[in-house]
Amino acid sequence: MDLRIKQLLDIASFSKEEIEEFLNLAENLKEILYRPIPKVPTLRGKLIVHLFYEPSTRTRFSFEKAAKTLSADTLTFTGKGTSIEKGETLLDTIKNLEAIGANLFVIRHPMAGAPHFIAKYSKVPVVNAGDGTHEHPTQALLDLLTVKEKLNTLSDLKVAIIGDIKHSRVAHSDILAFQKMGSNVYVAGPAQLLPDPKEEDYYKISKNGFKVCYKLEEALRDADVIITLRIQKERHEEVLIPSFLEYHEFFGLKPKHLELIKDKAILMHPGPINWGVELAYEMEKYPFQVILDQVENGVAIRMAVLLKLLTNEKGYESFN
Amino acid sequence: MKKVMRVLIKKGRIIDPSQNIDFVGDLLIEDGKIVGIERNIEIKEKIKIIYADKMWVLPGLVDIHVHLREPGEEWKEDIETGTKSALYGGILRLACMPNTKPPNDSPEVTLYIMERAAQKAYVTIYPIACITKNQEGKIITEFGRLKEAGVKGVSDDGKWVQNSNVMKRALFYAKNFDLAVISHCEDSTLSKGGQVNEGFFSAKLGLKGIPTSAETIGVIRDLILAKETKKSIHLAHLSTKEVIPFLKWAKEEKIPFTAETCPHYFTLTEECVENYNTLAKVNPPLRTQQDVIAIKEALKEGLIEVISSDHAPHSPLEKEIEFELASPGMIGLQTLLPLSLNLIKEGYLNPLKLAEYLILNPSKVLGVIPPSFKREAPAEVIIVDPEEEYILSEDMIKSKSKNTPFLNQKLKGKIKMVIIKTKIFDLSN
Repeated sequence: MDLRIKQLLDIASFSKEEIEEFLNLAENLKEILYRPIPKVPTLRGKLIVHLFYEPSTRTRFSFEKAAKTLSADTLTFTGKGTSIEKGETLLDTIKNLEAIGANLFVIRHPMAGAPHFIAKYSKVPVVNAGDGTHEHPTQALLDLLTVKEKLNTLSDLKVAIIGDIKHSRVAHSDILAFQKMGSNVYVAGPAQLLPDPKEEDYYKISKNGFKVCYKLEEALRDADVIITLRIQKERHEEVLIPSFLEYHEFFGLKPKHLELIKDKAILMHPGPINWGVELAYEMEKYPFQVILDQVENGVAIRMAVLLKLLTNEKGYESFN
Repeated sequence: MKKVMRVLIKKGRIIDPSQNIDFVGDLLIEDGKIVGIERNIEIKEKIKIIYADKMWVLPGLVDIHVHLREPGEEWKEDIETGTKSALYGGILRLACMPNTKPPNDSPEVTLYIMERAAQKAYVTIYPIACITKNQEGKIITEFGRLKEAGVKGVSDDGKWVQNSNVMKRALFYAKNFDLAVISHCEDSTLSKGGQVNEGFFSAKLGLKGIPTSAETIGVIRDLILAKETKKSIHLAHLSTKEVIPFLKWAKEEKIPFTAETCPHYFTLTEECVENYNTLAKVNPPLRTQQDVIAIKEALKEGLIEVISSDHAPHSPLEKEIEFELASPGMIGLQTLLPLSLNLIKEGYLNPLKLAEYLILNPSKVLGVIPPSFKREAPAEVIIVDPEEEYILSEDMIKSKSKNTPFLNQKLKGKIKMVIIKTKIFDLSN
């Protein structure tokens, strides 16, 4: 097993075994969050720099909480109030923050590949916290952890992802992650928001592992997991769907869909949710809705990621 | 008495597409002009003799698509460095594209370029002017005055004239002045925001894809306008297999057009953008292996009959940044010939045909007398070792910018010597 994972840039470059390592570690670490004093000294003295070039609530606070639980120091950096406004390049920003003493970068950026770009030039580990319309690997890991906890397996599941697949980095990471673990992913939504036919070859990593559906019912039928997505309006250069009203009517998940999916199928959403668009508000009452479990697992996953990139395996096992 | 300067090139493989000749023989130059081309020339007096055994002797190459960046972006390239790089690439005439800062949309900018060229250029420059003012696609430029200032053709390079009626007007008006009309075919409503070829790698990198339809629709429209106006259109840097059936159709319909491609489109595939390699970001984008093969087949069939470099220098400021911010383009003056020679090795073209694509046809498009070994033609001679292998190092690149995926890669085929009129450049070291 490779103990020297240096980067978490995308799910695409991880094997099933590596993904399992992150999940197992997160499962072990999660207990810390329930202690009376939820803090351990493992990363004391390490400086984690959060570079958030794009708005974020969950991901940013989740990474910060993970770092603080492990006693790392954190600096959080957003576009506003920094030299980005003075025209500093990303490369210079990174070099300067390294000089200040950064031990790890967590980056969210509106452009695909920005974390990979940093990783090419930086000496310290880089974690992708969402890059443009590319990937959001820690979200996929926390989604896997949540499904594993609730359904006790990650293989042979039917996972339906509904919505703006084309512009969703969460979908891109989830499509690969669930297939790598042995499940099948069905995506559905307005066709102009689904992968282009020429792009399907990339997403299909096992024989029946991936299917693009133009009818919502086909994706939902007998699904074990339903992931609904927000319309990534800020990434649309033009108006791509006629109205949210129509979207909700034809692609929003509503109580009537419950008869299609499997009993106890779980419902997920990476947030932020636009109730009444991708999800009817009644769905909040659905008993197998696990949206806040995802958020909680996000902290555990990010603790695992930070530990794995900043220490060797012995380092974290010893404190367990 | 005036001293006569004579140079004899002996036993080279002389390839001259303007006379359709390819034979091993001798070439005699006197006072900067071609005076003899024979199997064997014996001169009694003592003159300079260049032995060219196993070498190819060609008229200088003509590159119809070059960005010299002057005026306005001299940190990337200027007329002196760009033409020096051309010289080292065996390119003795080049057409420079108008997307400078300011763009070449007025006789004043053209005259500035001509003046700078007279002072600094190593090779002949043919400025290309904008089709429309400020490349905005709205109002056509002063074709007449631009022609008088020295322009050989018009193009809104990089920005396709989206308005079909404006393009039609430009094609008509260009007939008055015998200007070449060069089109960068790209329907930007389809390609807007695009970074790489749409397909496997746009999905993998999470970047917006540029569909082949953007180029194909551009080609179809331009061919139809050429048909309607009876004015030839030159289709720049074609990259995709999707356009080939339409080129075939246009030939059958006898539509006046010429088509061009660049070495990167018949050498590299989209895989080069792996790991967000900005050196492989180019517009149109690198496509798939099927496209590469189709482009080579089209060259073989003569559907595409011009090869240009699309030399597009950029500094690290434009390349060592986020992929989406990086400027598209790669340098190409010194790789044009070595990469094109592969077409011979792979059996797509013979040497004479390749010379036609690199010398004769681009000259015809620009409406200039081609470099030639006809008697009394000005000496524009390059001597090439087609077999020499070398690693392309930064030092060898004479351009100010080094942005090419071929940097530190092995190339085959080297320009050993260049003769321009009475000047001899020994490039063997």
